[in-house]
Amino acid sequence: MMQFMLLFSRQGKLRLQKWYEAHPDKLKKKITRELVALVLSRKPKMCSFLEWKDLKIVYKRYASLYFCCAIENDDNELLALEIIHRYVELLDKYFGSVCELDIIFNFEKAYFMLDELLLGGEVQETSKKNVLKAIAAQDLLQEESEEPRGLLEELGFITGS
Amino acid sequence: MSTIIRSLTTPTPKRLRDLIREIRSARTAADERAVVQKECAAIRDSFRDPDNTYRCRNIAKLLYIHMLGYPAHFGQLECLKIVASQKFTDKRIGYLGAMLLLDEKQEVHLLVTNSLKNDLGHQTQYIQSLALCTLGSICSTEMSRDLAGEIEKMIKSSNAYIKKKAILCAFCIIRKVPDLLEMFIPATRTLLNEKNHGVLLTAVCLITEMCEKSPDALQHFRKVVPQLVRILKNLIMAGYSPEHDVSGVSDPFLQVKILRLLRRLGKNDTEASETMNDILAQVATNTDTSKNVGHAILYEIVLTIMGIKSEAGLRVLAVNILGRFLLNNDKNIRYVALNTLLKVVQADYNAVQRHRTTIVDCLKDPDVSIKKRAVELSFALINTSNVRGMMKELLHFLETCEPEFKPDICSKISFPYKRWHIDTVMKVLVTAGNYVRDDTVSITIQLAAEMKELHPYIVQQLFKNFKDHLDEQSLIQVSVWCIGEYGEYLLTGECAEDEPVQASEDEVVTELEKVLSNHNLNEITKEYAITALMKLSSRFRTSIGRIKDIMSVYGKSVNVELQQRSVEYSQIFNKFDSLRLSLLEQMPLIETSRSKNILHENSSENLLNGVSDEGDVQKENKKNLQESQNILDILDVGSPTQPTQPPPKSGVNDLLDILGDVANVTSSTAPVSIPNTQPVPMGNDLMDLLGGSPISNQMNGGNGFPPMTAFNKNGLLVEFLIEKDISDPDVTSINIKATNSTQSPMSEFVFQAAVPKSFHLQLNPPSGNSVPPANSGSVTQLIKVKNPSKQTLRMRIKISYSHNGQTVTDMGEVNSFPATLWQ
Repeated sequence: MMQFMLLFSRQGKLRLQKWYEAHPDKLKKKITRELVALVLSRKPKMCSFLEWKDLKIVYKRYASLYFCCAIENDDNELLALEIIHRYVELLDKYFGSVCELDIIFNFEKAYFMLDELLLGGEVQETSKKNVLKAIAAQDLLQEESEEPRGLLEELGFITGS
Repeated sequence: MSTIIRSLTTPTPKRLRDLIREIRSARTAADERAVVQKECAAIRDSFRDPDNTYRCRNIAKLLYIHMLGYPAHFGQLECLKIVASQKFTDKRIGYLGAMLLLDEKQEVHLLVTNSLKNDLGHQTQYIQSLALCTLGSICSTEMSRDLAGEIEKMIKSSNAYIKKKAILCAFCIIRKVPDLLEMFIPATRTLLNEKNHGVLLTAVCLITEMCEKSPDALQHFRKVVPQLVRILKNLIMAGYSPEHDVSGVSDPFLQVKILRLLRRLGKNDTEASETMNDILAQVATNTDTSKNVGHAILYEIVLTIMGIKSEAGLRVLAVNILGRFLLNNDKNIRYVALNTLLKVVQADYNAVQRHRTTIVDCLKDPDVSIKKRAVELSFALINTSNVRGMMKELLHFLETCEPEFKPDICSKISFPYKRWHIDTVMKVLVTAGNYVRDDTVSITIQLAAEMKELHPYIVQQLFKNFKDHLDEQSLIQVSVWCIGEYGEYLLTGECAEDEPVQASEDEVVTELEKVLSNHNLNEITKEYAITALMKLSSRFRTSIGRIKDIMSVYGKSVNVELQQRSVEYSQIFNKFDSLRLSLLEQMPLIETSRSKNILHENSSENLLNGVSDEGDVQKENKKNLQESQNILDILDVGSPTQPTQPPPKSGVNDLLDILGDVANVTSSTAPVSIPNTQPVPMGNDLMDLLGGSPISNQMNGGNGFPPMTAFNKNGLLVEFLIEKDISDPDVTSINIKATNSTQSPMSEFVFQAAVPKSFHLQLNPPSGNSVPPANSGSVTQLIKVKNPSKQTLRMRIKISYSHNGQTVTDMGEVNSFPATLWQ
């Protein structure tokens, strides 16, 4: 089972964090700091895996963004790379050649996407098409629920009053 | 109307996008903090407003702020409020916030549980999905218990989208609360008949977890093996299906999960293992390995083959797959291969041995983690037939590798051939410079001492080498020790080698003097040198005067230890010159169980244990050294000027004994039994000083602790001789010795011992059951106590015997074990 996934930039800025195991906030921050430093200090020649405490850390860099996840000891690290890659492909399809800025400004969408791919730290859907379909349907549902609001609201008025 | 007025008076909150822009444009951390603080204040204000329409937007902003590392817990309740909203957007953001912000606080959790309960029953599948996803993310024990029923119902849903999510929620619940497992088993049974990959995948996951958690479930699910085999077969036989293919491999995620479950089910079960043998071979040969994903599957296959009771042929196939991995360009694949080989090397030694060359090549890998694995594996593969080649590679590696590797390699290198062995050790010392642990020095000295026929060669080589490496402490310590012991071979220059080294007495003394005056060398090294000079004085003829002079010079040294030694040695020259020759004889060979370890093949683990143990002993010795009386005291004790003391002869005897010459001198002058107890600890210190060997403890009956009296009553004396086990630092061996000072024998002698639960006690059979009278013999018995938690040992003993026709039973408690035993 995946224990958590972190996305961070080359500068070490956190872009997304997903925890499948409950930890207090303080510990989460500490783990994040430690791992970001550890992964950023690795040279490109090095392999994508590290042993960290009793977990295996699998990371991969896509452009300016590092995707880093922690899996348990009997998990398959090569497959974890595939999961990361699958997630990147999904984001790419959804945003249309995704870049770090897309994930910064639409971080909630990145979370929604991850939640359709993984649940409780395990892969729930292996078909890209199904994941994107579910996301599209929910986006539509969101638009429908948003519709009554309009331009006026953005200006500070409540419609209908 | 009032809302209009308020919205006119209070400005519309910033949009998320604008906030992100503003934060990103902040130049300094202080600027960023200011922006965030201002925004947080505004968000807090808006939360106080009961009918705020921008709640969703504010939560989104708060989540962004939270990701930057600022506190955002004040939004927890707000998340729960919008989760209760009817709008999908609100729920979507609300649950996202709940997943990110909630910790395991109970009062909030009750609210979440209620919302989840409501939404799990919602008619819109996407709202159900949000609730399931949240449950999978923040599932606590209470939540698991409260919602397990709902989840169980949803597993039976006909909607695959909900079904797969519910299955994974069940997986989370079981991980959290294993005793809820039972209720999910009936619903799980039918899941493997499904066609939908998401459902299959999650079902396999759930079954795997159930098998991990409960042996009953494991037994129950063994019968699905044929079904799993069929699914796997369909997967690899099925043609291209764009939906589930990953670069030519059909649904690798599902394949890997099934393989993993098969591993669980086939472990220790011959029948299940047989059922899956064929499919494993098929998958192994049919998987396309041009991409990472194919390797992911092969990797899982290998683990499964190694994890179950598979055929020998299949195991070889698995090791060969790993061998192929090692040749792969992808460093990740090489890494997993080495890691896995390391795990299987014990079980499949010969199969792994075939890939030795490839493994050794990985020593040149640029990646440190790969190198580290390769080093470990290389050591595991060394045996008598490949030792030369392997050592060459490892020594080559030692020359080029990062310093962090050096200590480990130096300690681990193990040797079956003497001459080659000593060459290698010397080369290691020269190459590794100061990256050598202290114990390596003593191991090397021990080794040199053992190779009697090579002494001329060793001392000559070391003498030749050490002059050029005057900055390497360990090399010099070993060299100086050997010169002190075997220096006479330098004078003759005789040696079976091609280029014997010859030196005059003066040259040798000059070199040692250089060591003493070299500022780069530490004090310990110099102590080695002063002792070496002293020892040489017994075998050199012409330079004794010089050595005396050096002693008197260093008798004024600022280094206390050095000064003390020099003064003591000068005393030997002045007052006890007649004893000097026998005092300074060659050290006898030190017998240890350690040496067996070193020479033992593939004993890297033993060796490691031994090494750590050695460190302990050494520490102890150092402590003893500081506490010990100096040699002068002992000499005084034995001096004839004090009439109250024992006669000089026995003083001599003690002295000789102290200096470790037990073997030849003592026996000729006096009965051996005299020094048995008292001088032992001191003798150790001195030997340590002269021999520099940490193993000297072993000499006097192998005992580093004075004997303890455990029981003394009615003429029966039970003594404990305590000894630490070399191979396991947690284990203490206690040798019991029972003697009888009465005039009649004690028969049916039984000794029993009990220790607290945190210890493990092993009582070996006694040497007999009758204790002979008048101390004319003894009964011995070995107890081993393992103390993994390093507590102070307390022992209850019970003794019974029959004496003059009467049965005597006695109990006692032994609490005075030396504290150093457990450190």
